[in-house]
Order: sequence, then C-alpha cells, then structure tokens
Amino acid sequence: MAENDQLAPVTMSLATGNISCLMGGSGPTLVCLHHSWGNPGALDLHRELTSSFRVIIPDMPGWGGSDRPLWARTVRDIAILVNHFACTFAPSGYHLVGFGFGGYVAAEIACMSEHSVDSLVLIGAAGLQPEKSEILDQMMYSHRQYIEESFRDRDSYLNHIGEEPSQDMRDLWDHSREMTARVSWKPYMFNRRLGELLKNVELPSALIWGEHDKIIPMEVAEQYHAALKNSAIHVVKNAGHLVELEAPEELAALISNHCSTNIDQVSQGG
Amino acid sequence: MFVGYFTERPYQDQESGYFGATGRSITDLTMSNASYDPRLGADLYNRYLDEKIYAEEMGFDGLMLNEHHSTPFCMGGVMNLEAAILARITQRAKIVLLGNILPIWDDPLFLAEELAEIDMISRGRLVTGWVRGTGRESVAHNAAAPYNWERFQEAHDFIIKAWTQPGPYRWEGDHYHFRYVNPWSRPYQDPHPPIWIPGVMSRNTVAWAAKHRYPYVMLATELEPTRESYEYYTEVAKEEGYETGTQHRGYLFKVHVDDNEKLAEEAGRKFVQGPSNPFLEGNQGTVRPFIQNLPGLTQRNNLLPTMRSFAAAASRGRAAQHKEEQEKAGKKVEPPKPETPRDTYIDQTEKYSIISGTPDTVIPRVRHVLETLRPGSIFFWDGDGAMSHDDSMRSLRLMGSEVIPAVREIAKELDLKGPFEVDPQTNKPIENGDSAAPNTEDLANS
Repeated sequence: MAENDQLAPVTMSLATGNISCLMGGSGPTLVCLHHSWGNPGALDLHRELTSSFRVIIPDMPGWGGSDRPLWARTVRDIAILVNHFACTFAPSGYHLVGFGFGGYVAAEIACMSEHSVDSLVLIGAAGLQPEKSEILDQMMYSHRQYIEESFRDRDSYLNHIGEEPSQDMRDLWDHSREMTARVSWKPYMFNRRLGELLKNVELPSALIWGEHDKIIPMEVAEQYHAALKNSAIHVVKNAGHLVELEAPEELAALISNHCSTNIDQVSQGG
Repeated sequence: MFVGYFTERPYQDQESGYFGATGRSITDLTMSNASYDPRLGADLYNRYLDEKIYAEEMGFDGLMLNEHHSTPFCMGGVMNLEAAILARITQRAKIVLLGNILPIWDDPLFLAEELAEIDMISRGRLVTGWVRGTGRESVAHNAAAPYNWERFQEAHDFIIKAWTQPGPYRWEGDHYHFRYVNPWSRPYQDPHPPIWIPGVMSRNTVAWAAKHRYPYVMLATELEPTRESYEYYTEVAKEEGYETGTQHRGYLFKVHVDDNEKLAEEAGRKFVQGPSNPFLEGNQGTVRPFIQNLPGLTQRNNLLPTMRSFAAAASRGRAAQHKEEQEKAGKKVEPPKPETPRDTYIDQTEKYSIISGTPDTVIPRVRHVLETLRPGSIFFWDGDGAMSHDDSMRSLRLMGSEVIPAVREIAKELDLKGPFEVDPQTNKPIENGDSAAPNTEDLANS
C-alpha cells in the first residue's frame, strides 16, 4: 500500500452545478471515472495509484454527491462536463481511466478533447455496440442481480458484497441507475457514432478486460482496439467486469505502467 | 351516477399451459409470444366486443377500455382500434379510454388524430383518459422511464393545443418537436372530449388531475386508502380555489353477479385465476419488482395512501419498502397474502376488493362502496381472469335487470352525480345532463 494514500473529498463549483470528488496523491493527474452504479469511494486500487499519481475520482455529474444536470440527455453531455472539470484541475493534461460506463464517458472525451488527455485506459468499457452479442442491460435486472453478474462468480460477489447489500449501497445503486437511465436508456450503453469518431484518436490506449466480464463482451475490447490506432488489449485472469475489486494489484500495475510509459507526453498537471 | 363496464380482455388459452395453477407460471415480461395463437386471439377480441355490445344493451352508460403491452392479462395493446370499432357498432354508451399511455407515444400528434376520429365516428361519445403506464409499458415500448412524468405532461399539453388551437403552428418542446401542427381531423365534442385520469399510487398524478379539474378514477384500490386519496384531491382542489364534488371521483371495482351464490363464488374466484392482472392480490401471475420500479418512473417518496396495502405495494414491486416503512411507523406489517385461491377470494371478498353474489347480496355491498367513497362514476370490473363468455353474459344480464337500476336509486338517494350531470370544470349542472341511462327495464325485457 502506498504511503501517501489519503484521498480527501473536494467539491468544485461549476456554473452547471457542483461536482464532488475524492482527491489524493501526487504526480501526474489521473482521473478515474466510475461505473454506472456510482462511485463506491476510495478503493485499494485508487490508494495504490496515489503513490505515482495525483488521483481524482469524481462523482460524475448526476451521480453520488454531484449535482444532477436535469437537462443532460446523452453520455456526451456528461463527457463534456467531466472534461471541463478535469481540465480545471489539470489544464496541461491528465491520464484518463474509465470503468464500464465511465469508460464510455472516457472514450467520448477522447474523441472530443484528445488534446486534454495524455493517455487513455478503458476497463470493461461500454460505448460501442457489439455485433455478435449484447451488453447486459441492467434495466432488465434487479440491482442485486446486476451487481452479482458484474463479478467473476457468485463466490466473488458474496466475498465483496455479502448476501444482502447494505442500505447505503442500495441507495447508491438506485440513485445511480436513474442517472444512467437519463443519459443511456436508448440506445443502451453505446453510441453508434463513437466507433467512427475514435478512428481519429491517436492516444496511447490500454484496453483492460476481465477474463470473465459478463457485462461488456470481450468483443467490445476488440472493437475499441480496431478503432483506436495506438491501443493494446490486456486480459486480466480470474476477474469479471469489476476488475478493480477482483484484481486490484494487477490492475494498478497495468494502469501505472501504461500511464508511466507515456509520461514523457505529460506535464505534471495543474 | 355514471355506471361503466370494464374487463381487461385477458388472453385466455387453455392449450398454452399459461393458465392457472396447473400451467406454467405467468411472470411479467418473461413469456414469449411464441405461445400466442392469432386464431384464438381473433375469437377473444370478437368475444370481448360482443360483450361490450351486450353491456350497452343492459344499460351501462360507459364501456371502458384500457391498455397494456406485451402481456397476456390485457389484450388492449392497441386500445384505440377497439374503441374505433365500438364507436361504429354501439349506439349510445360512452367509450371510456382509461387510458392511453402518453409517455410511450413518440408522436402524440398521431394520438390526437386517432382520438379525434373515434370521437367523430361515435358522434361525440368518447371519454379520453391518459395514464403514465407501468414499468412494463416503458420497457415494452422503450420509453425512458425517468422522463415518463415530463413526457406525460408535455404530450397532454400538446394534444389539448392540437385539439383547440387552429393550426398550423410549430411545437418545440422538451420532448416533442413538430414543425407543422395542423391535424385536419378535430374532435366532435367542443372543445374536446372529456378527460378523466385513472390511477393507483402517484400523488403527483392526483395533484395534477385536481389542478386540471379532471375526474380521478381510482383503479381497484382498497376502500379506506381510496377515500384518503380522494381527500388529497380535495385538498389540492381547495388550494386551486374550487370545491370538489362526486363528479370528480371515479372508482373501478370488481363486481360479478350470478344466478345463485354457488355460481357466484365459482365465477368470482376466477377473477384471480388464469391470466388475470398481476397487480391484483392473489392472482396466479407475478410481477418483477425491478420492472415496476424502473429508475425515475415514479417519485419514490410521493405515493398515495393506497400503497399502504401490502398487496398493492407488493404488486408494484415495493414489498420490502412497504415492510420497512410500516415498521418504522410502529405499525404491524400485514401478513403475507393467503396461499390458496379460495383463501384469496374470501380475503378479498371481506374487504370489498371483490363483490360477487346474487343481486340480493351484491346490491347491499355496492351500496357500502358508494356510501364509503361517494363516487360520481363507477365501473364494474367483470368477465376477467379465467371467466368464460357465459360467466360474463350471465352477469351482464343480471346487472342490467337488477343491479344497475338499484344502483341508480341508491345514487339518487345519496346524491351521487356523475360528470355528465355536473360539469367537473365548472361545478355547474349540465343542461339536459344525465348519466345517459336508458330505460333499463325495457332493455332487460326486450
């Protein structure tokens, strides 16, 4: 565990509403975008990364403690707000890491504001429409079922969540799911234009997928790989969609290596 | 008093296995339409239309239709088509649509045109009603649940304007955009058909209906919470500066009448058998809670007293919240519903959720409902679940010959005036207004 692992809550006021985040560590700025089910707080993964990076974990607008932009209708709206937020902290550039739905937001940011981003890490990212399979639709599952499907298997779910999720967790999922539905009800979790737009993106990109991801098919990793010129796929063994919980050390190493490899392209952030 | 007739038009299929306790379970939005037999569907659609014709002959003032999607408990996915047919094949009864699910319409101009055509073909007999729909409908027609309430309100405003303001003009709203609003067909009734709003649990909708002075029709909810929900309507009305009357209150409840008590119980128990509405307590289908609780569909903390009922809460996927809230309030949690159809039937009979009997036993129980709730409009919900055509026709005959005349007398005694006797918009008596009741004695003897 890193020594400088304190992640403290910070709130930034934008004209469009407040954005809450956790922030800690030092070094190049690394922004982590959470899954559709919300920001679970500081994880071991985040703490590990604080040894090399200034880690910022925002509640994306509409999720958690951030104000809800009731006017927002698309994932791209969220991406614009998140990028604005991140650029305020790191005007010279930041590493961008997105988990699941957060990966979808990150990919949209990469298309619209490539110059703001130093490197990209997509972990089980939504955003592209698989051709041979489907993204698991959380709207057709109970919260508990959906989260269980996000783990490698039931034992892993029970190990991390327990038989019954806490009330706080259920409240977080409920609040998050509404915002997810507001911007990604249909099409669910993809943007058919995104694949075309990504073809112009030259960012060094790591595409990290859990071997047993049942939420976003591995096929989507291959689609991202085909679209992004400078990308590589990394498959994490014995992990499902929630790689950050099931293989935090391996994931931290993958992220650190990817972002450090591209460190010459970055400044130290604002 | 306005007296209407209603059935959900269940898809009854003895062959598919989806029928009662002996077949496969009926779980909401899990059944493939591979089981659907269009020939059987043809028989059933025509049966239900025939029953509506007979209901008119028997003296009902209104023939009510409703709409659900991708489910066997209601064949009214395209309710407006049935309404258009009724407009042509019936003569006198109002055609009451409770209701079109506004948020799932991406093009409410189509709806404005369809309803106007039905109103014209029926020569002004349409009563239009609008609902927000359940989670099932949002899923089936893929309408974003968080915008359900916004779309409901905007579609309403759009249709009213399309009916009342001469075009052409533009409509640029939040959810709907039209560069040319100028529907050539306009409603027969001036300025437009009456609008009634049905509902079960949303306080938002009740408040909205009260603000618009639209009669609110409670759908098969338990008596005391229904009365309290009416009180909420009245509170809002007071804030809006008007007094409510019976003309603002409607109530749908399950009533079956039969030749003897044995037949009545046999048929009455069929309310909860077969492909009956899974929102009904004790029925043989199940809802999936997360479908009924889609994100943002209904404001979680703004529900009517009707949701105090365990059965109602459970049917809307809120059993856990219900238990928690009751315990927090220091109240005893209702026991789980009875396990057998017979117990369920008796339980529901005791609390007036089902009224089934001979005219002699049904009429006093209907009186109790009228005295408790004082509605100006009622709808008898019959012929549902596993009930056969014969069950329906026996009941309709007895309703026409005995129950409806008695109900009209009770309504006079209790001064229960419907929205065709007193205008809900103005609270003024309607000239020549009545409940459109024919001479039921003549009809019954004809």
